[in-house]
Amino acid sequence: MADTQSQVHQETEMIPDHPEKVTLEGKNKFLGFWFFLGGETVLFASLIGTYLGLRGGTADGPGATDLFHLPLVFVMTMILLTSSLTSVFAVSAMHKGNMKGVLTWMWITVLLGATFLGFEIYEFYEYVHEGLGFTTSAFSGAFYTLVGTHGAHVAFGIGWILTLLIRYRNTGLTLTNAPKFYTAILYWHFIDVVWVFIFTVVYLLGIGG
Amino acid sequence: MSEHVDPTAPLKGEVSKKTERQLAREMRNQIITFVFMVFLVALSFLGIASEAIPNGFAIPFSLLIAAVMVVIQLYYFMHLKDKGTYWPNVFIWTGIFIAAPTVASLMLLLGVVKY
Repeated sequence: MADTQSQVHQETEMIPDHPEKVTLEGKNKFLGFWFFLGGETVLFASLIGTYLGLRGGTADGPGATDLFHLPLVFVMTMILLTSSLTSVFAVSAMHKGNMKGVLTWMWITVLLGATFLGFEIYEFYEYVHEGLGFTTSAFSGAFYTLVGTHGAHVAFGIGWILTLLIRYRNTGLTLTNAPKFYTAILYWHFIDVVWVFIFTVVYLLGIGG
Repeated sequence: MSEHVDPTAPLKGEVSKKTERQLAREMRNQIITFVFMVFLVALSFLGIASEAIPNGFAIPFSLLIAAVMVVIQLYYFMHLKDKGTYWPNVFIWTGIFIAAPTVASLMLLLGVVKY
């Protein structure tokens, strides 16, 4: 332990290879966050399972084929996938010790995330106007809960990353804020991972039968 | 050594040439990964949208693509392939291990038994 600390001290003129995992706090955050993501997997699995179980129960309301538009979902998927790539660039910039790069890429990520969220709000707005309320049918309740929970995660992620961007706008990269950005980026990737399943299971299966 | 590193001090200096090369290589791989994923998404959408491809094939095909994309995301974008990720791997795979029967049992309980 003392050895690694003195090593870090001696190399103060070098950026450590993984600034997010230098401090004990950073290591704990990294580990704890993956534990949290394991739990999130099960949360979304329950919602996906519920949706798949109930998607046939449209009552007299509109069903998947009446509502879903593949081009819109395709654009949303591309936006979220691109935002995943820009946050990969942010991690790469962090490992180079380039805080300006981290901030720039994360701003782009947040903007893409906000665009995605805008499309999702538009989508829900349209569906409600086509007669799909939350309590219209078992299908509508399960659909809004699953996709809405994902949307809430996106909204939370945007708020989280914005807080970091404003708080650390001119502190430079430190051993304290590196793990904070790193965990937020892991969260953002996870949102994209969940979306991959949502667009397949909800939209593609909804259109495909 | 009783001196402590101040964790709130801005990090200064450069990365080693070795790290720089490594990061450049990693960046190239990740861009290739991204292009590959865009291709997979397009394939998945086309399979469903196209009339020529029967849905009996297109649906399992897009589910397979989703599984491949998730693994790529986890290992390349989220760095699970790197060293020192033993426990993160355990956590996420435990999650997936519980998630799969959760989906299956909910589908059966709600979707089949209900009617």
